Amino acid sequence: MAWGIAMSDNKILRIVARFLIPLIMLFALYIQFHGEYSPGGGFQAGVVFAAAWILFVLIFGLDLGLEVIPERAMFVLMVLGVMLYCAVGLLNVAQGGLFLDFSTLLADPKAAQQAGIITVELGIGITVATVVMLIFTMFARRKREQDGTDEDAP
Amino acid sequence: MTLTQWMPFIVLMPLILSGVSALLPGKTAPWLLAFATATASTILAALVWLGLGPEPMRYAFGNWAPPMGIEYRVDHANALVALIVSGIASLALLWGKRSADQEIPERQGIFYALFLLALAGLLGITLTGDAFNVFVFLEISSLSTYALVAYGQDRRGLLAAFRYLIMGTIGATFILIGIGFLYMMTGTLNMADLAERIPAVADTNAVRAGFAFIIVGLGLKLALLPLHLWLPNAYAFAPNVITVFLAGTATKVALYVMLRFIYTIFGGDYSFGALPLADIMMVLAVAGMVVGSWVAMFEPNLKRMMAYSSVAQVGYLVLGVALVSIIGLTATFVHLFNHALMKAGLFMALGTVMYRTGSARIEAFYGVGRQMPWTMTAFALLGLSLIGVPATAGFVSKWYLIWGALDAGQVWLVVLILITSLMAVVYIWRVIEAAWFQAPRDQQSPVAEAPKALLIPLWLMVALNIYFGLDTRLSLGAAEQAAQVLLGGF
Repeated sequence: MAWGIAMSDNKILRIVARFLIPLIMLFALYIQFHGEYSPGGGFQAGVVFAAAWILFVLIFGLDLGLEVIPERAMFVLMVLGVMLYCAVGLLNVAQGGLFLDFSTLLADPKAAQQAGIITVELGIGITVATVVMLIFTMFARRKREQDGTDEDAP
Repeated sequence: MTLTQWMPFIVLMPLILSGVSALLPGKTAPWLLAFATATASTILAALVWLGLGPEPMRYAFGNWAPPMGIEYRVDHANALVALIVSGIASLALLWGKRSADQEIPERQGIFYALFLLALAGLLGITLTGDAFNVFVFLEISSLSTYALVAYGQDRRGLLAAFRYLIMGTIGATFILIGIGFLYMMTGTLNMADLAERIPAVADTNAVRAGFAFIIVGLGLKLALLPLHLWLPNAYAFAPNVITVFLAGTATKVALYVMLRFIYTIFGGDYSFGALPLADIMMVLAVAGMVVGSWVAMFEPNLKRMMAYSSVAQVGYLVLGVALVSIIGLTATFVHLFNHALMKAGLFMALGTVMYRTGSARIEAFYGVGRQMPWTMTAFALLGLSLIGVPATAGFVSKWYLIWGALDAGQVWLVVLILITSLMAVVYIWRVIEAAWFQAPRDQQSPVAEAPKALLIPLWLMVALNIYFGLDTRLSLGAAEQAAQVLLGGF
């Protein structure tokens, strides 16, 4: 069985997925940018966002999924997310505050805290989403490799 | 910026730069970054240790005032441990370049990123003044260590890493349950705040259970005897540079956290009064010393042999704690320092031979003494330090342990320390005998002496072992300060 195109033959799955995937991603962004006020934040948003991509891969295959976002890009984004978090902390230190002391960012202390949290949460969201995607890719790739060797075996 | 403002960068530098290392291509650039980072952390830790006054150095993250926010709180006890951890990491990296290149043929960016994460985790555990933060950093260091152990070429390393993961996770869970109990009873996670609030609720089963969970969980991380089963294989099948690093740091940090909980958070009177902790520790320590040394005498794989020797050394460390005296605690800290130096050195020596022979089995060491004289001489000198021969670092540790035992009036302990030291003579001698008195198995293709890149750091370890055996002002002074700080509370 060619694993990559298995489920895309099913019309219902394909149409429902096309309908759902953008909604899931939108919901992820909603959670992401309400993180500082309401329950939510980068962690949850990242997982939800990655879930949308995983659904896409399950329906349309890993190859197409990796065309959307190559593995190397995931890897780099994973690191950049963490770096964004740390950069905010280092910026605070450079401005004469303590590490992650957001109040140095802007004059208004409340707005400064908000700006800091939003930026930091964005970093977390990017990292969590790409890490979940990477973990899924590694498992999916292994499955395909195993299937491949099974086909070659006599 | 003041020294206090620089202090958290001991942890932050490896933590942040691990990400950069993951992106670097090839082998040399990530190694260079990791080595530079570890060295910078070491220098900073040394400066902090030198700059400490009588008051602890405090740093509130994000300017959130403790006890609500997370603070780093550094006194003479954890500054010393941080210095040991970062110092051993730099020495391990200085030695490990060639060895890692041989064992890990592919890109090494992620390998060194994990190394830096493990280092950041261990340093974070050491410096933080927040009980929950201890758990978080414990997970950071543990998770990256599991992956590092699995990096070994030997496929048994995978199983060893998996076992370590299961045992380590159980240990971390226990610690978390214990901290949860304390949080439930006191409503705080800050260590100093916990220390103030626990006495009011000390006589409850929840606090006692929390204490027991934390001690057992840390006992697992520490590899105290009945909980040591993860250690020998994890050390034996990890890449050599990781073994050197872990042998000098991981169990030491767990012991430090245990001391912090026993003395600072619960207070010595409670810890040793409410539970028969001293008796339990004494029995387990002695059992560890004897069993670890006994198994080491018969172990055919030399890396496993040294790992079992580490189990025995953990016994010595815990024995010092179990004596419940300032001399005992000083002995523990001196041994913490010295054991890191000698065990890291011994694993370096084994790794240097393995670089040429490719095997850690004792048969691979037959005749190596004549072919690699510099390496095996270094091994012999470091072995003397492990045994505790005068004019080596090991002697100072043993001396203080024996003094502590005599001071407590426990002569039988002195006898046991001497017997286990003789057992160390036996297992070190097995290697010496194999290296010098056995004919090489393969006469046709003699192995050459190791390259200088491996020999120079190895001999640096030998020099350090001998230096701290002769001039004890630095190690002993630091250990006494650390013991006094712990006994004095925050």
